Amino acid sequence: MLLDIIFNAFNGLIAGSFYALMAIGLSLILGLNGVINFAHGGFMALAAYLAFTLVPYVGFWGALVIAPLLTGGVGYIVEQLVVKRLYLRDPLYSLLATFGLALIIQDMLRTIWGAQGLPLAIPDFLNQPLSSTYFFVTGYRLFVMVLAVVSTAGLFAALRFTRLGVRIRAGNKDLETISAVGVNILLLRSANFMLGIVFAGLAGVLAAGQLGLTPTMGDQLIMPSFVAIVVGGVGSLLGSLLGGLIIGVASGITTAFYPAGSEVVIYLIMGVMLIARPRGLLGQEGLFE
Amino acid sequence: MNEVMRVATAAPKPRLNDNRRERLGLLLLGLLLITVPLWVPLVGGYADLASRVLIYALAAMGLNLLLGFTGGLSFGHAAYFGLGAYGTGLMLANYTGNTLLALLAGTALGGLAALVLGPIAVRRRGIYFSMITIAIGQMFYFIAVRWNGVTGGEDGLSGFSRQPIFGWPLTSTHFYYLVLGFFALGALVLWTVLNSPLGHTFVAIRENQKRLVFLGIRVERYVALSFAISGLICALAGSLNALLDNFASPDDLKYTLSGNFLIIVVLGGMRNFWGPLVGATIFVLVQNYVSAVTQNWMTVLGLVFVISVLFFPLGVMGFFKRRQRH
Repeated sequence: MLLDIIFNAFNGLIAGSFYALMAIGLSLILGLNGVINFAHGGFMALAAYLAFTLVPYVGFWGALVIAPLLTGGVGYIVEQLVVKRLYLRDPLYSLLATFGLALIIQDMLRTIWGAQGLPLAIPDFLNQPLSSTYFFVTGYRLFVMVLAVVSTAGLFAALRFTRLGVRIRAGNKDLETISAVGVNILLLRSANFMLGIVFAGLAGVLAAGQLGLTPTMGDQLIMPSFVAIVVGGVGSLLGSLLGGLIIGVASGITTAFYPAGSEVVIYLIMGVMLIARPRGLLGQEGLFE
Repeated sequence: MNEVMRVATAAPKPRLNDNRRERLGLLLLGLLLITVPLWVPLVGGYADLASRVLIYALAAMGLNLLLGFTGGLSFGHAAYFGLGAYGTGLMLANYTGNTLLALLAGTALGGLAALVLGPIAVRRRGIYFSMITIAIGQMFYFIAVRWNGVTGGEDGLSGFSRQPIFGWPLTSTHFYYLVLGFFALGALVLWTVLNSPLGHTFVAIRENQKRLVFLGIRVERYVALSFAISGLICALAGSLNALLDNFASPDDLKYTLSGNFLIIVVLGGMRNFWGPLVGATIFVLVQNYVSAVTQNWMTVLGLVFVISVLFFPLGVMGFFKRRQRH
């Protein structure tokens, strides 16, 4: 029984890594662009399908790098065409526009690659179970977690030590001021949007290796990512990371006891958090309100 | 509250001319809706399609109380719509043959959920509020999908059908009139609320929340109340929808439907009382005809979202009324 719980908790940690990667991208975009990017799940699935197409040519490792970057490029185009025009308007409009984009992306994926699920080939050595005595954990799962940690650490380092990162953080605090001191905030927001989409893409390729590809794969991951942001606290990237991992593990542990409740528990955690501590784990009071 | 009431009563009354035009418009609208079964086949429609328009319009009008008049961007109102649908369906399938009683039960279930969950959702405002409402809505979706024994799981809830009311069989046309009756009732409730001091408080919250806080008004309570009323109206619409289809689907609870309600409101015109009716007409017709023509109707729907947001943010009614807005 204990093993069962540990196994499910570890599984939850993997799912939580996906939630966390998604939530970090969403959180970046929410912070500087002020947009709840409903199309995030769509971009994630797009990256996964691009990786599927790229793997025969550049291999898994190449696809892992190229697909998220390509998706970031698509994100840039979408930002320029649609999202950019909505920055000054009520959040309702960007929410609805990205919701529409999500429908379009999902439909396009279905039209191009078909509605059936597809597998993403991952390198053989990652597919081996790590230990045969205890429970079935493949190298890939460990790899997912390591990569999630490394990319998040990389993001935090970039936000701390590069000029772009410092500007993004400054823009989160006070966009008008950094605009006044001569930062091109439109460019900054585009770059930030792309960065968020690249993270969605990374989550997409990794998730595809684990769960396979379907046009609706983004749907299943975007809602928990919203919850991760609420639980972790809006405005805090570290909070989004923690929130993602927490709900992932909680969902995993619930699977061990009561499988039917594994999704609902995520929302219950959010409800409890909202009642006990409305600003979330690491959130600041009164941001975006 | 008192302060708002004083401000509200001091506001200029609409001029008589406006009033008369409004009444004439309402009369025409009523005539148009009552005669639908007579003319709708002539334009290639059918009574059930008209019922769907009214049901979606009613839900969107309920949502609009919160969105357009109180300024609360809820992305989870399908939850209350779906709860209404499941409540009605479960009543009819298991407990009673009385259609009206089932309708009442479904509406009460959804309204109660909105009453309980509103205060939790309003703990945060702005974008955050939307995210919370989406998540709460999805919780109900997963409950409906996972609670197989009661809800029928992914396949939805079937095995019930609307029963005659006092021996009056609910054919498509008869059912349309039932829907129209409840639509009128819902509209009347919303109209009364909006023209009461309570409604003025809602609008005041939309316009300047900070100021109301300074006046000592507990804004969250009022937003929660608006949330509950709008949820109740959505639940009524959902109950009717279950009766229309003789079926309740998990999709009735899904955030996609919440998004559809929002776009209906925006399409028609957010700040306009009848806007959602116009929006629902456009939406249902587009959905109905496009899905018959092409498999890629989701793309078309997505384009409707993007284009209406980019180019017609005021909606159809707002587009026509732009000049005469105060």
